[in-house]
This record gives sequence, C-alpha cells and structure tokens, in this order.
Amino acid sequence: MIPGGCIPITGNADRHENHRGLKEMETIKDKVAIIGMGCCKFGENWDKSVDDMIIDAVYEAYEDAGLAREDIQAVWVGTAFSGIGGISVAAPLKLDRIPITRVENFCATGMETIRNASYAIACGAYDIVLCVGFEKLKDTGLAGLPAGYTHPVLGVNVTAPGRWAMGATRYFQAYGIEPQEGRKTLARISVKSHYNGARHPKAHLRREVTIEQVLNAPLIAWPLGLFDCCGNTDGAAAAILTRADMAKSFRDDYVLIKGIGLAIGPGLGKEDASYDYIHLPETEAAAQQAYEQAGITNPRKELDILELHDCFTISELMTLEAIGICPKGKAKEDIDAGTFTLTGELPVNADGGLKSFGHPVGASGLRECYEVYKQIQGKAELPERQLKDVRLGLSHNQGGHPGSLLPIITILGQAG
Amino acid sequence: MKTGIVSYGAYIPIYRLKRDEIARAWERGSMGGERAVANYDEDSATMAVEAVIDCLRDSDRQSVDGLYFASTTPPYREKQSASLIALAADLRRQIFTADFADSLRAGTVALRAALDAVKGGSGKRVMVAAADCRLGQPQSDYEQNFGDGAAALLIGDEDVACEIEGSYSHADDILDIWRTETDTFTQSWEDRFILSEGYVRNTREAISSIMEKYSLTPQDITRAVFYAPDPRRHSEMARAMGFDPKTQVQEPMFATVGNTGAAFALMMLVAALEEARAGDRILFANYGDGGDAFILRVTEEIEKIRERRGIKRHLASRMTLPNYEKYLRFRRLIPIQAQAREQANAFPPVAWREREQLISFHGSRCKRCGQTFHPMQRVCIYCGAKDEYEGVRLSDRQGTLYTYTVDNLALSSDPPTIVSKVHLEEGVGGGENEKVGGGKENQNVGVYCLMTDRDPEKVKPDMPVEMTFRKMHDSGGMHTYYWKCRPPREP
Repeated sequence: MIPGGCIPITGNADRHENHRGLKEMETIKDKVAIIGMGCCKFGENWDKSVDDMIIDAVYEAYEDAGLAREDIQAVWVGTAFSGIGGISVAAPLKLDRIPITRVENFCATGMETIRNASYAIACGAYDIVLCVGFEKLKDTGLAGLPAGYTHPVLGVNVTAPGRWAMGATRYFQAYGIEPQEGRKTLARISVKSHYNGARHPKAHLRREVTIEQVLNAPLIAWPLGLFDCCGNTDGAAAAILTRADMAKSFRDDYVLIKGIGLAIGPGLGKEDASYDYIHLPETEAAAQQAYEQAGITNPRKELDILELHDCFTISELMTLEAIGICPKGKAKEDIDAGTFTLTGELPVNADGGLKSFGHPVGASGLRECYEVYKQIQGKAELPERQLKDVRLGLSHNQGGHPGSLLPIITILGQAG
Repeated sequence: MKTGIVSYGAYIPIYRLKRDEIARAWERGSMGGERAVANYDEDSATMAVEAVIDCLRDSDRQSVDGLYFASTTPPYREKQSASLIALAADLRRQIFTADFADSLRAGTVALRAALDAVKGGSGKRVMVAAADCRLGQPQSDYEQNFGDGAAALLIGDEDVACEIEGSYSHADDILDIWRTETDTFTQSWEDRFILSEGYVRNTREAISSIMEKYSLTPQDITRAVFYAPDPRRHSEMARAMGFDPKTQVQEPMFATVGNTGAAFALMMLVAALEEARAGDRILFANYGDGGDAFILRVTEEIEKIRERRGIKRHLASRMTLPNYEKYLRFRRLIPIQAQAREQANAFPPVAWREREQLISFHGSRCKRCGQTFHPMQRVCIYCGAKDEYEGVRLSDRQGTLYTYTVDNLALSSDPPTIVSKVHLEEGVGGGENEKVGGGKENQNVGVYCLMTDRDPEKVKPDMPVEMTFRKMHDSGGMHTYYWKCRPPREP
C-alpha cells in the first residue's frame, strides 16, 4: 500500500512485464514536432464568442506554421464545458469532412489534445494534425467552475480551492510550518507569477502585487486567499503537429516532443486514510513516464523552464516536489530563495501561469505548451521576458486535486 | 412480567439563543433564559436519530423490533420519517415503523402504543423517538417559548430499568393551538380560554384520574414529570395537584431549552430518569387534545444505563447563537441572496441506491484483506478483491480531523463551510489473509465530509471529531440527508 489511494507500482518496467510479458512501450521521443502554435488574448472576453477565440488562436497557428485550413488532416479538440463534439471547431473554422475528435479529461483537457494527436502522428495515420483547446467561462455568471457532474450528496459543497486548501493545511501541519508562515511562501509564488504575467501581453491579469496585498486579500478557502487562486477566464489556444522528419520543411526552429506522461489512479485519496495529502503520487508517476521517455535523469539540472499548472499556489509548490525539482518538504526553501523567478535558477511559469492567464479549462494545457514553445524558439513577445538558452522545457497540465489527480506532463525540446 | 423503559436517550441541539436577543430584535419584553435552536442542517428527523443512537449506546441495534416516531414537525407531510430514522440508526430491515403526528401528545401516544406492542407480543423491544422543531410566529411569545430537541425511550420486557405500572388516557377536542395544512407557524386562540379549558382542565383530569385509578396520593410519588406550556402554568399545576415544587417536581427546562412540543414531556422524563434511584415512583403526564398519564417504578437496572449524553450532558455542551438574524437564517424565515454557485441537486434514485453508505453510513470491509473503505467499494483498493466485502457501521466511531479547509466559496446557510477529511478509528485485524491485513493493525477509515456544530476559529488539524446525521440540502423540494463530522459533544 502506498499513500494516495493509488495501487502500488514499482516503476514502469515492472508494470510492463506484469502485463503478460508485453515489452517496454516505445518512446514518443523525437517522433512528433510542433510547427505552429497560436493563443488568443486570455481574459474576460465579453466581446468575443467561443468561435471568435477559436479563430484567433487557430489562424495564428496557421500563420506561424505557414499552413492553411486545407492542409489539416485531422483535429483533436478539447473543451470541458463550452462545446461538444467535433463540430464545435469545424463550424467556425469551416473544416470539411475530416476526422475530428473532442477529448475531455477534466482540467487536463487541453494537453490531452496534444497527447492524442502525437500518437496519431507517431503511428503514421496523419502527417499534419491540428490541436485546439478552448473555454468560455465568463458567460456562465458563476463564481468558480461549473460543477459539471457531481454526486448529489457526496459532492455537495466542495469547491476546487477548498480541495487544494486541504492539501495546504496538511502540508503545513506535516512539515511543522506555521500556517501564517506557509501562507507567506504561497504568497511569494503569487507575487512571482503576477510579476511575470504583467509582462505578457496575452495574460488576463497584468498587474504586479506585493506579498502584503496577497496576504491581506479576502480568504477564499483557508489557508488560500484570493491571490492564491487563478482567475475565471475565457481563452483558446492551438497547435499544429507534424512528423519530426517533415518538420524541417516547414521551419528550422520547430520544437520536438521529447516525452509525454499521463497517470490516472482510482482518485480515492481524498477518502483513503492512507493518503497523506502531501504527496501527489499521480504527478510523480506522470513525471517518471515523461522523464524516462525523454531520457532525463536530473530534471532540475536538465530542464531550462517549467510551466506548472498553478490553479492554486499550493499546487505549484506540491508539484515542484512531485516532479523531482525539490526534495520532499523542501520546496519552501527554494521558493523563499527565489529559485523560480524570471532571473532565478529555474524559471517557473515565466508567462505568469494560470495565476495570470486564468484557467479556461480546455485551453490551459495548450497555453502551457505555448510558452515553452515560444521560449525555446527565442520568440517571447518582449525581450525582458525572453529566457536565455532554453533547450528543454516541461509543461504540466492537470485536473483534479490532491488525492484525485489527472496530470499530463509534456517535455518539449529544441530541434536538432 | 415487567414492561417498561429499557433504555433512554435524548438530544439537545448545540445552539442556544438568549431570549433577550429575540426580545432585542422585536423591541419587546424578554421571557428570560435561553432556548435551544436546531442548527440549519437539523430537523426533527435528524434530532430523533441522535436521541435514538444515544438510547442505543450499549445495546445491540439488531434487537430493536419497531420504531415509533412522534413529532408535530416531521420533515414530510406525506412520506414516513420513522423509516428514515430506523435506517440512519442502522436498525434491521424487518421492523415495524410508524409516525405519530399532529398532536403535542404524540410522544406519549407513541409510548402507549409501544407498550401495547410489547405487551401484545408483536415486538420485544420498541423504540419511541420524539422530536420537534416548531416555529413560533416571529415576534410572538411562542417564538421565545419554543425550543428544539428530542428524546428516545426503548420499551421492552427484559432488563426493564423503569417499569410502567399503569396508564390512563382520555381524548378531548378543542381548538387551542393548531396548524392547518398550510400554516408554517403555530396558531392559537386567546390565552385565557386555551389555558383554562385546554391545558389546565385536561392535565388535572389526567393526573387526578390516574392517581385515583391506582389509589395513589401525592406522597406516594417520588417525582412528578408533566408537560406545561410555560413555567407559570407548570408551577401552578404542581401546586394544584399537591406536589412540592422543591422536592417532587421535575424541573421543566424552560430557562435552558424551551417548550419542545411533542418531545417536551419525554425529555423531562429522561432528565428525571438520569437522577432516579431504584424504587422511585414517577408520575408522568402529558397534554394535547386530551391527556395521557403513566405511573412508573424505577428498578435496579437503572444503574446499568447511566452512560448516556441524555439531557444533562447535552445541556452542558452548548454554543451561543450570536444573534437573532442567524436564527432567521437557520429556519429560512428570510429570503437570502442567491449565491453565484450552482445549486446542489437531489436525485432520489441515487439516495435510494446508495442508502447503505449514505444513510446507514456503512463502509465496505474487504473480507480478504480486512481493510474498510468509505464510500463502499466493489473492488478493494488495497488488495483488488472483487465483490468480497461486507457493510460495517462507521457512524459510531471516534475520529480525528486529518485536514480541512474553511471554504468561503461553497454554498451554505451557515458559512463558512468546513470541508473535512476525517480518519475514523479502525480496530485490529479482521482479514482472512494473514499477509495482507489479518492480525495487523488496519488502516483507519477515511471520510471526506463537512463539519457542523463548530466554531471555525477552533478547528485545528488532528482535533477529535465524531459523526452526526444531518441534512445536506433541500433542493428540488426534497430533503437530502447524509453524515457530517463535528467536535465531540462531550463537555
């Protein structure tokens, strides 16, 4: 039994052997390239419909790749609440008689489009595939995400910030961190992300904040305050994928997919008393998969940029430990020391993350890849945001909450 | 063979509202003292569950053959509550259940019916649970006078702690207090009439008739326990019937709880039993559309059922409701702003299908590895066994608060919402397979739930908690019930 309501696994190799001697899964490394990406302005897009945002993101990707609508052979589209079926993108984009699949995997829906499209390319089914993710949250008038399907009794009165806050409460207790001191560390994450977001023209929230402002903001779900939570936002993002051996015919600075990890467990950690609320076992497994495929053995040294799914500041902190960047219980030290700022040792959420971009569910996973893609190409919009020598980056997209996570991790690397 | 009370239990909600505070809101006189107020997630059915569980503290729940629920405020006008209470108290399926409603005398009518059932042989042990949560019209005397609470008496013919030696009843029809099918608040006719021709005439008749029937004088009675609508009428009745208020009359709890309607007389009887000694003779009388009276004799068995929260310990465990407005909110007497969150929905098929885990609060104990899980799992998360499990009751286990949040975003009639992960204690062993669980200390049982009856400022990781049956929401015109955790009600 291991913590987290997860079935014990002792590494990928064992698991594959267990399944009737099936051999090791082939790695996705260097088989698929991203040759174009697009991202609309995220925000309270009162004047834009879902279709408008899809068109903005996809046409930017067409232009970036030097492609047109007619070149697209298949589409994977991701949205959690704002549309159903493939027609949701075929209609605005006038795609005609091609395979289009809508995927949904909670808040990891966006990156799920890239994962599915990558395997379709890798198996040789298609040469050029479009990935689109979008969400229109502001039209609902709701505070927070729509509930979707929740159990009419067991799911009553649970909110996303509440579920992550329970992780923060136990994390502080487990490591003997006074709650006010822990909140200060979380505030540093928020201050860093707001600083970065203020420098990204497509971010929703573009304002720097101080630690005091973060600590004094209204409490949403103790110990998380307003600035520990990402915004409710509208947005869309897109990517165009091709075979790695074809990528050079489109551009020299294409970006290669080095590894993709997705790990989903029973999700019963919130009920299972053996779950400790300080580990994220699914994220650990997803990172392990992605690192193995990419051949990464020392992620802290080898990775140049991290885009982490910071729906709440505590998620960024716990994920840093789950993906092996910080030892268990030590993320606080690095955060307090400024390791993850724009000028730090390993920048995290250089674009401002969900904290600044909000979380239009289906779009977030693609937006998390968009930043790493642009940084690797050296094409961050403003020079002050551009990081030096970015060769290898990690994008992390996740649904759920501690004890019940759906994390996807994609490693992107420079061509050649 | 003796027939009578085998066990007793009671429940008083944790919240008390000072009558001065009600008086302040309406700029009128205060009756003084305080009244018990059911929390926003309580109703007569949930309070009855508390009293029944208190009553069955050291009894085998399988031994109960019937449950009678008495209340003038059952949650449904059409749909039984006794069946819900029996399910939540984890009584067995093959029992007879009934609701006794509409009259303040419902509690003693149910008691008499239970007595008849045991004497008639249709059941060995029959539970009587009485609870009320009546609403006095805002600004009225009743609003100050009423209180919320519950009592439970287990009637049987073995291990009798208080024999019921005799009973008397009469019926009377009078419009003194009432609620029509559309009334929210208790209505009444003018005081002079309803007291003299209603309460006083009927109660005197019941008491004097039973005393005469069994050739008793006031000196034969150790303790007189009887209903009254208010403190003045209570002491007047005591004097009129020849009882010494200081030594013979059971204190009626007007200053601490208030008039709890159909549960009131039974709650006073529980309070009397808490103090009673073997050999004591108790006169017990109730009013409402007639009168009921009983003569009781306490036995040696009474000493074996002292471990109850009953009246005394529930009274001592209290929180002050800070203001009258909160009372209005709890009872949904003022419209409130709709929150920008999706409302919870009620789905009767889900509640029905999952009644074992939601209402009886069973977890699944894996027969192979011995581990228990809630909600119930067909495939064991620990050892993978499929469909090898049995339901085990978790509602009576002590627990600790593993982690929590104080959520201001969640919808609630009493924000903030405390969302909790509780670890309920688990015994040792239980599994057939020695290697996976049997003989070893098992994992505690985790429960993801809300916390109620709490002061948000005092919630801390690792604090002790216990489970309580509550209402989750009223959406769709239906009541949805489940269990919550709370700090233990022990003072």
